[in-house]
Amino acid sequence: MLRIEYAYWLLAAFLAAAAWINLRERRLAAAAFWAVLALLFGGGTWVLAADAAGHVLPARAAGVGVLLLAVLAPRMRRVQVEEVSPEMRLSNAMRLGHRLFLPALLIPGVTLLVAVLGGYLVADGHRLFAADQMTLTGLALASLLAVLAALRLTRAPAPAALREGRRLLDTLGWAALLPLVLAALGGVFTQSGVGQDIAHGVGLLIPVDSRFACVLAYGLGMVVFTVIMGNAFAAFPVLTAGIGLPLLIELHDASPAVVGALGMLCGYCGTLLTPMAANFNIVPVALLELDSPYAVIRAQWPTALLLLVFNLVLMNALAFR
Amino acid sequence: MNYWPLLGVAVVIAGFVRRDNPVLVVVAAGVVSGLAAGFSVPELLGLLGTSFVSNRALLLYALTLPAIGVLERAGLREHAARWIGSLRGLTLARLLASYLLLRQVLSMLGLTNVAGQAQTVRPLLAPMSEATVELRGPPLGDADRQRVRAMAAATDNIGLFFGEDVFLALGAVLLIQGFYASHGIVLAPLAIALWALPTAIAAFVIHALRVLLFERALTRRRAAADTAESAHAED
Repeated sequence: MLRIEYAYWLLAAFLAAAAWINLRERRLAAAAFWAVLALLFGGGTWVLAADAAGHVLPARAAGVGVLLLAVLAPRMRRVQVEEVSPEMRLSNAMRLGHRLFLPALLIPGVTLLVAVLGGYLVADGHRLFAADQMTLTGLALASLLAVLAALRLTRAPAPAALREGRRLLDTLGWAALLPLVLAALGGVFTQSGVGQDIAHGVGLLIPVDSRFACVLAYGLGMVVFTVIMGNAFAAFPVLTAGIGLPLLIELHDASPAVVGALGMLCGYCGTLLTPMAANFNIVPVALLELDSPYAVIRAQWPTALLLLVFNLVLMNALAFR
Repeated sequence: MNYWPLLGVAVVIAGFVRRDNPVLVVVAAGVVSGLAAGFSVPELLGLLGTSFVSNRALLLYALTLPAIGVLERAGLREHAARWIGSLRGLTLARLLASYLLLRQVLSMLGLTNVAGQAQTVRPLLAPMSEATVELRGPPLGDADRQRVRAMAAATDNIGLFFGEDVFLALGAVLLIQGFYASHGIVLAPLAIALWALPTAIAAFVIHALRVLLFERALTRRRAAADTAESAHAED
């Protein structure tokens, strides 16, 4: 049975290879960074299993690993890893033509197939794909098939896959890690009660008798909290428990479905505005080699603000019917 | 109520203002909030470790990098750009609006990982977007090229967010339903997803219009720069 753990182990192997290549080029900070990350990915399942069984040490060791990553991150310099020359790429492109798209489209194609059909693939009474995170398992399988297809098509030597993958990984650098540490921060914030603090503070500040003031406080609270946490899912339970449920639904008799759906969407507008939503707003800056870390946010803030107004007006119009 | 954990939020804001390394800032904020909330150092390390490891799925997109790297080495970006360059009727606005619609529909079906910044934007959408502009004028300057790429990335994000929320079986809708259920309010997923539909439509209309205006402004700016240059050449 294919489980998501295999994908993590595959990724750990790739990270270890990137560490090894960097080590050979004497880029020690990058080598150490990817090596620590490879260990965290390789051992992650075991850490969680040990933690669930009451053994605290592996999780604490993983915590030390996270601190190490934070210390190493500022030492990683972005260097231009040499690429094949543009002339060479263009002549390859002319030779291979549309066939170049095939491996690239294998990634979405196979992911799609696994997502839709994966649940029906059964061998000897066992599912081929474990139900947990099946789409992401599919993405990992698709990536593997795509790299094999790409190597075959371009007749590149197999180590080229690791070299080129590492080139892109080093282009991303520490930005690749930001989504994960932000998620970890979300975990710490939740456990520390940061959300309740904020919701409590907002409740003290607004005139609760006014329906519209409550809508504004809830919608804008979702935005602000999402901007801070980088994730609307983290903001939702906190703000809805703090403002949405007591003030809108109980006090003003609003429809829970409308409040929930549109409140979450206000949070999504916040996601478009914040560097804390790193996988959406900072990772592409690195991937597309943009100069300003805020280039993507700058391209999407007008859409976000217009949609926010739309959501607030809609919530006010629909929730109290 | 203990308000000291809010110090972590202050660390985040101060760190981003000072432009310190974001990874360092974020981990430091976690440490500050955790300590302020009264966790001991070993407890905090354990919390950091388990939270980090539980979210490993967020880096899985990196598995696509070797395949994309090999294809880039063989000229994938150049080919994508050349191919789009041969489609005369395709404008930047049409390309991005079609992608936006496709991304929204796929996300509504729960297929959020099918496309993405690493999977589709860097290897395909960004070079294609640049090509649609260069089809109608001189090569892009560096600043404009970056703007076009950023708009392609933004289009992917907006398509993902405002499609995903309509999907029934995963993510947002289930989170909302689960939250209400734990507070004694029972709702059907469909009842929640339905209210996300108007915003999904508004997102398409608003962003497609913005892309159109973006393309017009870009064309005008490039035309002005062009005439200024040729006037300069005649001097």
